Amino acid sequence: MADMLRFRDDTAADEPVVSLDAFLEQPNAVSVRIEAGDDVERLFPHIARVKLVEVDFPKFRDGRGFSTARLLREAGYTGEIKATGDVLVDLVWFMRRCGFDSFAPNVAIDPAVLEASLSRYPYVYQHAADGAVPIWKLRHG
Amino acid sequence: MYKYDHYDQAMVDARVEDFRDQTRRRINGQLTDDQFKPLRLKNGLYLQLHAYMLRVAIPYGTLDSRQMRKLAHIARTYDRGYGHFTTRQNIQYNWIKLEQAPDILAELATVEMHAIQTSGESIRNVSADQYAGAAADEVIDPRPWAEMLRQMTTFMPEFSYLPRKFKIAVIAAQEDRAAMRWHDFGLRIVRNDAGEIGFEVYPGGGMGRTPFIAYKARDFLPANQIFSYLQAVLRVWNRHARRDNIHKQRMKILVHELGEEEFTRQVEEAFQHILGLGQDFPQAEYDRIAAYFTPPAFEEGLSDEIDRSDPDFAVWLDQQVVAHKAPGYAIANISLKPVGGIPGDISAEQMELVADLAERYSFDELRATHAQNLVLPHVRKQDLYAVWQALVEAGLANANLDLVTDIIACPGLDYCSLANARSIPVAEKIAARFADPARQKDLGELKIKISGCINACGHHHAGHIGILGVDRKGTENYQLLLGGSGDENTTQAKITGPGFDEDGIVDAIERAVEHYRGIREPGERFLDTYRRVGMDGFKEAIYG
Repeated sequence: MADMLRFRDDTAADEPVVSLDAFLEQPNAVSVRIEAGDDVERLFPHIARVKLVEVDFPKFRDGRGFSTARLLREAGYTGEIKATGDVLVDLVWFMRRCGFDSFAPNVAIDPAVLEASLSRYPYVYQHAADGAVPIWKLRHG
Repeated sequence: MYKYDHYDQAMVDARVEDFRDQTRRRINGQLTDDQFKPLRLKNGLYLQLHAYMLRVAIPYGTLDSRQMRKLAHIARTYDRGYGHFTTRQNIQYNWIKLEQAPDILAELATVEMHAIQTSGESIRNVSADQYAGAAADEVIDPRPWAEMLRQMTTFMPEFSYLPRKFKIAVIAAQEDRAAMRWHDFGLRIVRNDAGEIGFEVYPGGGMGRTPFIAYKARDFLPANQIFSYLQAVLRVWNRHARRDNIHKQRMKILVHELGEEEFTRQVEEAFQHILGLGQDFPQAEYDRIAAYFTPPAFEEGLSDEIDRSDPDFAVWLDQQVVAHKAPGYAIANISLKPVGGIPGDISAEQMELVADLAERYSFDELRATHAQNLVLPHVRKQDLYAVWQALVEAGLANANLDLVTDIIACPGLDYCSLANARSIPVAEKIAARFADPARQKDLGELKIKISGCINACGHHHAGHIGILGVDRKGTENYQLLLGGSGDENTTQAKITGPGFDEDGIVDAIERAVEHYRGIREPGERFLDTYRRVGMDGFKEAIYG
């Protein structure tokens, strides 16, 4: 069982992770934690110094973090985005598509189930943050 | 009709395997019931009072004979020989075994059907005008756009866990036959002065315990920007809706709390950003989909004459058949509201008969309506008599479209674990009370809608007469509402006063209806009279 999953080749940041408010006050901070209710756009003026963004899912039914990740990627952020909290294996594929590239779930994930889940869908219908080519584009070349 | 290509088929097949795996993990204990619940809900599987219920999507209410026969087969093989058409143009089966659900989905996939996102906090099946492609008053056929929306909203990663459900309706006529403004996101296709196609956009509607009618946010959104606009709406809602109270998480609540102007401002801001990402579908994709919806090869030179010499046929003809855009053709409505029956229910044998009729007489097309009836959209007028005779044989020839016995009702406490009161027996009693065809005809258009709890699946807010079942100190009690509508002049029904018991509500409706008969002016429907005179006189008639 895996309690930490990472889909990046670079070295993980090991600086302390601070809250969004603290990050905005501490010019040396590089790792920030976005709670479900936080406005991630407040981070954008400082995005150049960010190495890690943790996005918390307090419960799996709270999907605000999906938009947080999309906004970060649309703002040009290429560093690590880690999903923490109530991360269920059946949602990891969607999270990957939104730009999450590491996962620290409360409850460890079965790697076999994850692998099957990530390879199950052969196509996607829309653009997202993962670079997958949508079906309409495959149809029209 | 749209046909899957290998991409669409691969996605639906993958969902079957996905769900099979999820069900396997539930049965072998890897998933708790709490963990499995949201997964099964995203695939239309509810746990009701007595068994699992599976809701199957009928995208924009369109299906063919092959699909209808498969639905009949599923009813016979996996259920108790019948199915139930819903108020969102879907069909549900009430007696499903969990371990068989993946097999049902596999059967559905063989006829290009699925149960994807038919429940749970997801973007639901897109509904549309049931007369699309046949109606004389439409700007264009709205179904290519509805199919575009189906594909856009299937497994949309950012919106995997929306605050609540999200319902879309698309129409393309001035007359609203789809209750468009009672949806979270209503679209009316219009043509601007330059001849371009676009959308009037109406966000923020919905029934439930806090009903709101959608407001107009855009007079004209260029059609090819719809994906960006929809994403903007969803993103604003997904980010800013409450997450602490499931009853206050629908988008309509956020619209209400922010105000329409501020909600629109935030959406427009998000829209400009998303539009710049260039993710909208190209015209070529619209053209590809639209090609599947080219009108059938209507024969030319057909007569518009119909032999009305059989008086029973003439009654059905006048009530169930409406104008078609092609000369010599008609739209035939099939009532699923027999007196004494359950609104929307249909047996496997009836499904097969209807499939045969579609194949033989209607270019192999059928429609389901939000009023829980069916439609043969393209029937030659000269074939109407044969169609009617076959419907008579099958017990499907009721002539009550939009009349007092054409009642919308949710499954209620007979099936549903959320319900506070039964809906079906009330619908049956009202239908029995007003069964006399002459009386129904005299009363004219009168839409009664019954919900067994405040979630409003039976659309009571939109009923000319609405009934809401509540639990009052352990007994079923029924509130009476008047003046709602789901048409182009959408209104929300108002409660008359104290509620009634099961027999009392039928008597109260009769008093309201007789009051209308007494004061109506020539040509006035019940709703028109109510709108002219207001609640007071009705209240007096009802409560004495």
